[in-house]
Amino acid sequence: MSNAVDVTHDVSKEKERKPKKNLLSDGQGTLALILIAPTLFVIFLVVGIPVVMSVIESIYITTGGVNPDTGVVESVTNFAGLQQYADAFTESAGTVLSPWGRLPRFLNALINTLFFTVVCIAFETVLGVLMALIMTKAFKGKGLVRAAILIPWAIPTIVSALMWQLVFNTSGVANEIIGQQILWLADSVWSQWAVIIADVWKTAPFIGLLTLAGLQTIPTDVYEAAKVDGATAWQMFWRITLPLVRPALVVAVLFRTLDTLRMFDLPFGLIGPQKYSVETLSMLAFSDAQAQRYGSAAAYSVMLFLLIVVIAFLFIRLLGADLVSDPEVKAMNEARKKQKAARKQMKSSITSGESAT
Amino acid sequence: MTVRKNARRIAVTGVALLAVLATAACGGSDSGSSDGADWTQTGPITYVQGKDTSGYVQPAIDEWNKLYPDQKVTFAELSDSADEQRAAMIENATTNGAKGYDVLSVDVVWTAEFAGNQYIQELPKDQFPTDGYLKPAVDSGTYFDKLYAFPATSDGAMMYYRTDLLEQAGIAEPPKTWDEVVAACDAVKKLPGQASINCWGGQFQKYEGLTCNIAEFINSAGGTFITADGKPDVNSDAAMSGVNQMVDWFDDGTIPKAAQTWQEEESRNAFQSGNLVFLRNWPYVYTLANKDDGSSEVNGKFAVAQLPGKDGVGVSTLGGHNMGVTTTAKNLGTAKEFIKWWNSAENQKAHTIVSSQAPTIEGLYSDEELVKQFPYMPVLRASLANAEPRPKAVEYGDVTLAIQDATYNAIQGNSTPKAVFDRLQTDLEGLLK
Repeated sequence: MSNAVDVTHDVSKEKERKPKKNLLSDGQGTLALILIAPTLFVIFLVVGIPVVMSVIESIYITTGGVNPDTGVVESVTNFAGLQQYADAFTESAGTVLSPWGRLPRFLNALINTLFFTVVCIAFETVLGVLMALIMTKAFKGKGLVRAAILIPWAIPTIVSALMWQLVFNTSGVANEIIGQQILWLADSVWSQWAVIIADVWKTAPFIGLLTLAGLQTIPTDVYEAAKVDGATAWQMFWRITLPLVRPALVVAVLFRTLDTLRMFDLPFGLIGPQKYSVETLSMLAFSDAQAQRYGSAAAYSVMLFLLIVVIAFLFIRLLGADLVSDPEVKAMNEARKKQKAARKQMKSSITSGESAT
Repeated sequence: MTVRKNARRIAVTGVALLAVLATAACGGSDSGSSDGADWTQTGPITYVQGKDTSGYVQPAIDEWNKLYPDQKVTFAELSDSADEQRAAMIENATTNGAKGYDVLSVDVVWTAEFAGNQYIQELPKDQFPTDGYLKPAVDSGTYFDKLYAFPATSDGAMMYYRTDLLEQAGIAEPPKTWDEVVAACDAVKKLPGQASINCWGGQFQKYEGLTCNIAEFINSAGGTFITADGKPDVNSDAAMSGVNQMVDWFDDGTIPKAAQTWQEEESRNAFQSGNLVFLRNWPYVYTLANKDDGSSEVNGKFAVAQLPGKDGVGVSTLGGHNMGVTTTAKNLGTAKEFIKWWNSAENQKAHTIVSSQAPTIEGLYSDEELVKQFPYMPVLRASLANAEPRPKAVEYGDVTLAIQDATYNAIQGNSTPKAVFDRLQTDLEGLLK
């Protein structure tokens, strides 16, 4: 009973005060703003302005033709609104034949991008967690294994692309091993798998590393308790390791997802430009910019940007990726949660109390 | 929090406004043509070309600078990737000459794009006489009947063939037609230990080389890839017989399946390791395949001939680089004299000796010293004499990609050759109008 009294007391007190927006603010917001202003200015210069300019570029279209008498190009730039965004999904810009069938080039690149993201991330997560589980074990030569697993991650992507090109050559190691002549470097389903294999090889260690960091924060007594209770290794993995390592794993997977969505150098270096089976959105934007169609190139980039924003947002919302992991922010959020819970509890206790009496 | 948000919002709106104004300003300032060009003004200039792997360029420029110290030429060396060279040159043009480029080494396929967009200016024919230069090379620097780029180096394809194997098989003359090529291969395959040798090699990876190879098949079958007035003609019966020849050769193994991933170097390696009877490639292979340091298994065992065709010798695709002058160049007098000096018979000969790049002066092909060093010269000259240029299109990148799409789909068997080349014809009609 005394508890309930305390709560009502608290709430009545709070009603008197003006609710503060930031519970932990110490009134130094202005100072903070001044201190981070230089950084904000630089970010605005090198990120803000280019982003805004690309958006503007994407709503203008340059059309023109060759003067039939002089051969000189005469072109005009007009406001196009969202036309270039809409055109990307129609056949007006031409279609291409790829393993997905005959599609508008943008759609084909979009499907490739999503396909690579889903497949690569799935393999990388499983392999990365396995690597982390191995690396976290105490055994002789642990340091060596950790270093060896990280080597692929340390090699620049374009270098590993050229390395894998040798592996996937018609007379390369890959074909030697499977004893067949597959044209990995042509333009086919096999090229897609060549990219996936090389990408998984390169970036599974990244997920492994971040997961390892998460694994090392799990206290050993949890496992000891589980062992005493007779849990199997499998149960310990599913019920203890995975839930406790989830925050770290989700962040790793989020970073990899955003990275894979804008994949460029691996397919470009390994398979080549303008190969529709592996053309991603950033490759398509690059290709259009090369052809001096800056408007559509900007439109494609903006759409890729939006796609990444949406996926990052979904990640944070659905999987609760905790990117900042700042103790202060955490404390703030927890305080808010407690407050909410207290209010709820109070309400229910009042109503239940009323009904009881 | 809110202060920051508001500040950001204001800033973004401000920049957006500024940017709109800037784009509007850009739209209206298209420069006009440069009719009253003054071809006498002298002064320092910058010469731009891709990576000079031969080491010829800088010493030659030093020589010029010694001769004309008041008209200094600076060498701006770009990447060895053609795409990056083109991008740098376009960047210079679209920023009103911010990089200060004056004389450009222009790939033959960029002529139309650079001339059409007025990145390079017309070279008055009376001041740039082209007599004595190879006609196809001069033609490759010409756009709408005006000379835009002066022929500097040329390139044509030749057929490399294994003299030792043909001799053993009892064939005295190199084949002139596709049927003779197949017959020669059949005879070679019957030789002991040669049952698995591949017959024909070329560049069939999806890149610019594929455009060159398919154009050769079509033109050598009596088709005309691009007609004299610049219209595509890629799905006529004659053209299709060339396309079908290429596809058939892939189907029956005359061209190994692996060739779908070959560029110049992969095909050269296949030939050098003795896996090919015939190879279509550029002249640079000759010296490399003749090396006796063990890198080539065929040194001294091959010779060159003109490409074969359907009913007689075939038609090569023309390559090479020409020299153009940017529209932002000021010291046109120096640019003119430099280009003429660079391409004098004496200097072209010196260039060829060092870099083994083919000259554009016709007379040099019978120069004794050159023929002695490069025995393929007479063959190359014959090849260049009837070489065909690739399409002259301002949007050449789109044109060549459409051609590569069609050809690659045909040789990969994704669709019937007729269907993809009908589509290509439609696409090219749109692009080349």
